[in-house]
Amino acid sequence: MKAKTVTTLQYVTLTAIAIAFVLPLLWLLFAACDGNANQALKIPHIWTVKNFKSVFSSARNVRGFGVGLVISVTQSAIVVLCSGLAAYPLSRYDLRFKKAFMFSILFMTALPMIAVIVPVYKMYLTIHLLDSIWGLVLYLAATALPYAIWLMKNFMDGVPIELEEAARIEGASTLQIIEKVIFPLMLPGICVTFIFTFSGSWGNFFVPYILLSSQKKLPASVLLYQYFGQHGEIAYGPLAAFSLAYALPSVLFYILSQKFMSKGFTLSGASKG
Amino acid sequence: MPHTKSSRFARELRQSVLLTPSLLLLVVFFIVPIILTVYYSFTNLALTGANAKNFHFVGLYNYQTIFSDPKMWQSIKATLIFLFGSLAGQSILGFFIAYFMKKKNRVFRSVVGPCILAGWVMPEIVVALCCFAFYDTMGTANAFLSLFHIAPIPWLYKHPMLTVVLANIWHGTAFSMLTYQSALDNVSEDIEEAALVDGASRRQTLVKIILPCIKETIATNTMLNTLQTLGVFSLIWAMTGGGPGTATMTMPIYMYNQGLKNYQLGQGTAIGMILLLIGALCSIIYMYLLKPEKA
Repeated sequence: MKAKTVTTLQYVTLTAIAIAFVLPLLWLLFAACDGNANQALKIPHIWTVKNFKSVFSSARNVRGFGVGLVISVTQSAIVVLCSGLAAYPLSRYDLRFKKAFMFSILFMTALPMIAVIVPVYKMYLTIHLLDSIWGLVLYLAATALPYAIWLMKNFMDGVPIELEEAARIEGASTLQIIEKVIFPLMLPGICVTFIFTFSGSWGNFFVPYILLSSQKKLPASVLLYQYFGQHGEIAYGPLAAFSLAYALPSVLFYILSQKFMSKGFTLSGASKG
Repeated sequence: MPHTKSSRFARELRQSVLLTPSLLLLVVFFIVPIILTVYYSFTNLALTGANAKNFHFVGLYNYQTIFSDPKMWQSIKATLIFLFGSLAGQSILGFFIAYFMKKKNRVFRSVVGPCILAGWVMPEIVVALCCFAFYDTMGTANAFLSLFHIAPIPWLYKHPMLTVVLANIWHGTAFSMLTYQSALDNVSEDIEEAALVDGASRRQTLVKIILPCIKETIATNTMLNTLQTLGVFSLIWAMTGGGPGTATMTMPIYMYNQGLKNYQLGQGTAIGMILLLIGALCSIIYMYLLKPEKA
């Protein structure tokens, strides 16, 4: 085959794949803005925001989004704080158990934690953490922690120790060094860790579905499931609008994290010369 | 101060103080559940019925019970089909998208890329909804087929496993694409061109040059996809609930049904334990492949 034919074929194949991939998404966008949406993809006759209005005029839905936000923000804050603290000794000191510890952390990042949910349920029942937002937040934090520690430690490795030493020679206290040197340089790393953790728990349906039961404590992900998972009469328009609003933070955070990642870390230049 | 053994220990202990909050969280909410999983799987733990009041050690009883239950074998079969279907689809599609995208028009790439990524960035439950509507009898898939005069297919009832596999491929392909894109970028173009100049066909270059160059990436990507696919619950649960019958009842769903719906916690835990062991094995292989020198 001629090179030109091959290239053309590749363009055609890629276009076909891209169309196939984008169709379910287009349905979501169109159905959300269509007053008469159904299962099939169609361009709305009249574009409308009434689906969004009906979703957010329900106090239950607004509450679901609020609860989800509280869960994800609290969990991410705990994870960032704990992993940030842990990253310092792991990056800076020569500790005998460090290698074994980092290996265990890597091992833990890959474990399918879904497998332990039944014992967690029983444990929470015993210690009265079932149907508790705090209980949920702590469990989500612990399961997100290994990956966050791994990330933070690598980001911390990228902050040159020379800057810290220089500040110490100038007479800065440890607290000042953390505030003025480490924190600003770690900021991109902190943001990336926060974003990854937040997206993970914001998109998580399984854990809140198991550990929470009161209607007023359910986050948006579980509400969404209740609206269509029971396979009753489905109002596709409002459902699509709900999903779109719910998916938006995940999409925005993904784009944001790409920005942080692509900037790269050129901090090592600071210690030269 | 002389560097005696005890002074080094004291120094390391002092320096590790900052690890305390993380360690506390990990021990209580990560490691204890794993230990409980091992422990409970050997007990008759239940929430209702006679066993609930008479909690004791039962040895391998739970394992004997679940393995003599035909549902267990159905769920293993469903898990394997779901796993291999997803792996094959995601890897092959992901690889060829990455391979074809190389050296293509920049604008074209920046349009195709996000189309594939969209399904990946979405939360799993939204993916479930999009695919649920897409494969509905009145959905987009059948509307497209009707253009070729093909009668509507009740996807979720007639081909439930194929449908959830396709949904998972939609969700997961972007990850493989990204992995293979960065691997292919590192394959030296000189080798590739040299092979072409020497008269190798495109297919020969792909099989003999490119694939061997990225074989480590293929292995790590496969392991990560396996671990991710083994943990899929929400997607299947929301689309089919494990049914119809037991058609899409993968092990996580069987575990949920046994442990939290029928309240046979001991049996549910035993299923979880098997899942955990498979996961741990894959995780070790993955670490071996990765060889983290940095740690």
